[in-house]
Amino acid sequence: MSLLEVRDLIAGYGPVRVLHGVTFNVDEGEVVVILGANGAGKTTTLRALSGMIPAKGVVAFAGHSIVGWQTDRIATAGVGHVPQGRGTLSDLTVHDNLLLGAYSRRDRAQINADIERWYAIFPRLGERRMQAAGSMSGGEQQMLAIARALMSRPRLVLLDEPSLGLAPIVTQELFRTLGDLNREDGVSMLVVEQNAGLALGIAKRGYVLEVGRIVVSGSADELAHNDDVRRAYLGI
Amino acid sequence: MRSRRQLQVLALATAVVVLAFLIVLPHQYGSTNTTRWAQALYIGVAAMGLNLLTGYNGQVSIGHGAFFGLGAYTSALLVNQHGWQFLPTLLVAGPLCFLVGVAVGFPALRVKGLYLALVTLGLAVLFPDLTKHYVHVTGGTNLVAMTGSELAPPAWVPTSVSAIGRDDQWAYYVTLAIAIGLFLAAMFIIRSRFGRALIAVRDHEAAAATVGINTSFVKVSAFAISALYAGLAGSCSVLVDHLANADKVQTFQISIEFLVAVVIGGTATVVGPLVGGWLVVFLQHWISDSLPKHVGSISVLKRTLANPAASPAIFGIILILFVFVLPDGLVGGVRRLVSRIGRGDVNDIQPSTTPLTT
Ligand SMILES: Nc1ncnc2c1ncn2[C@@H]1O[C@H](COP(=O)(O)OP(=O)(O)O)[C@@H](O)[C@H]1O
Ligand SMILES: [Mg+2]
Repeated sequence: MSLLEVRDLIAGYGPVRVLHGVTFNVDEGEVVVILGANGAGKTTTLRALSGMIPAKGVVAFAGHSIVGWQTDRIATAGVGHVPQGRGTLSDLTVHDNLLLGAYSRRDRAQINADIERWYAIFPRLGERRMQAAGSMSGGEQQMLAIARALMSRPRLVLLDEPSLGLAPIVTQELFRTLGDLNREDGVSMLVVEQNAGLALGIAKRGYVLEVGRIVVSGSADELAHNDDVRRAYLGI
Repeated sequence: MRSRRQLQVLALATAVVVLAFLIVLPHQYGSTNTTRWAQALYIGVAAMGLNLLTGYNGQVSIGHGAFFGLGAYTSALLVNQHGWQFLPTLLVAGPLCFLVGVAVGFPALRVKGLYLALVTLGLAVLFPDLTKHYVHVTGGTNLVAMTGSELAPPAWVPTSVSAIGRDDQWAYYVTLAIAIGLFLAAMFIIRSRFGRALIAVRDHEAAAATVGINTSFVKVSAFAISALYAGLAGSCSVLVDHLANADKVQTFQISIEFLVAVVIGGTATVVGPLVGGWLVVFLQHWISDSLPKHVGSISVLKRTLANPAASPAIFGIILILFVFVLPDGLVGGVRRLVSRIGRGDVNDIQPSTTPLTT
């Protein structure tokens, strides 16, 4: 059984339907990437999974149907979400952002140990721990968003275009860290991206989303060698 | 971090001095001034509550005068109609306002920003009508007037506090005790997990939900807590002013005064609204009582100030200046000044040379 099982997912905004029956799955410990052009419905997919917008279809997480659950309940059940635009809590310090990441946890000592671990992984966050999070650079805010989402120790983390607006070198480092985290902690990841090269580098499998439908699926290797994918998302 | 420790010591020392001053105050001042300070305190208490809602949680209310009025009415009627002592009425007024706050907080979830402001304004408009329809006390007016003996301190209160013949002193000390208690509660709330959630919901509601915060619970709780603060402030006002007044003008005006106290004191600082409450009360008294004396014999100014519209107009101008000179309120301004003098400010942004990740 998959950690996340999505079948015939339908979602949209008011009368406008954006997802027309999306089907995919993420296994325990896997990194799965969903590639898609601007407007394909990647963000909408993640929002539907997190309960931010109403959805229909099957969404099973760790064996429970989570369709119709509130966002906070889904988060508490073990789904982290790094939202598009990073969702920085701008007026709070870096440290408070991380503490909030552990909102659903009660093990104080372990929470502090985890925060120190994130400061070791992202030293820039450690240096800025008492700084207002909104005053940091885009790359630093993206690191904070990832660290915050992982502070809850989720089983699955949803990442919405982590490379968006970042310099290529920063993106590279970020993806390397994501790969390390997946290997070391075994946390499953669902990454949606336009930047196919880096994402496929850390993913095991992938899908291509086009106007609300999955049109291609396969192993990361297969996708990297698929001509359509190469033309559309690798710029080759 | 050393400068941070120094600031903490400075803050603590200031708190001790201010507290000592507040405790001896009635012995130094006459009745009029003591009452004025008590008024400043209860406005400050309501503003502290409103600040938790508006400053920290981002929900603007211009109708908290209704909760203030509800607290005042509850205490006044229990004393006046049912012969209660004053103090136990707080145990009814506080929880009642909290519950009504919950009831109002739920529909408030559906609206934001200006629309929320409008809905809460409706509350301030509605409340006086309700009191008129459901409370038949003084022949159809919304006024419950009381005598000093109804509100006299209980027998166990030492005379150093109650000071026979000076019930303003008893009213002042009760209000001061409530203000201190609710100030400490606000400090505790802000530093707690719930306090961080309040700010998170204000900053980015969707992101707050993704870390597991039940945003509806947080917003309704903020409403209820702020209503409790306003209600207890209203109860205190009965003790201080010997009346509960819920006519439309009064309810609306006091709602605005709470908001003004929050803004000029400093939004999202715990002590700001208390300072703001003091400014609101004393500035208005200063404009109407002291200012005319200072203009001396300049007859043009004298005639202008005698105009009943002059005081509110001057108050308005001062408020506008305030917003331009101290955009983050008095407390925010002082904080900036202290950190500039203190150097080595924790918020200083230094360029980094460390790589982004390891
Ligand atoms: N809040 C919204 N309200 C209405 N339509 C939206 C909203 N957000 C996105 N859409 C529409 O949904 C479609 C998919 O958007 P999105 O999921 O954000 O795409 P992607 O993340 O793949 O770039 C687009 O046509 C977009 O215009
Ligand atoms: Mg998107």
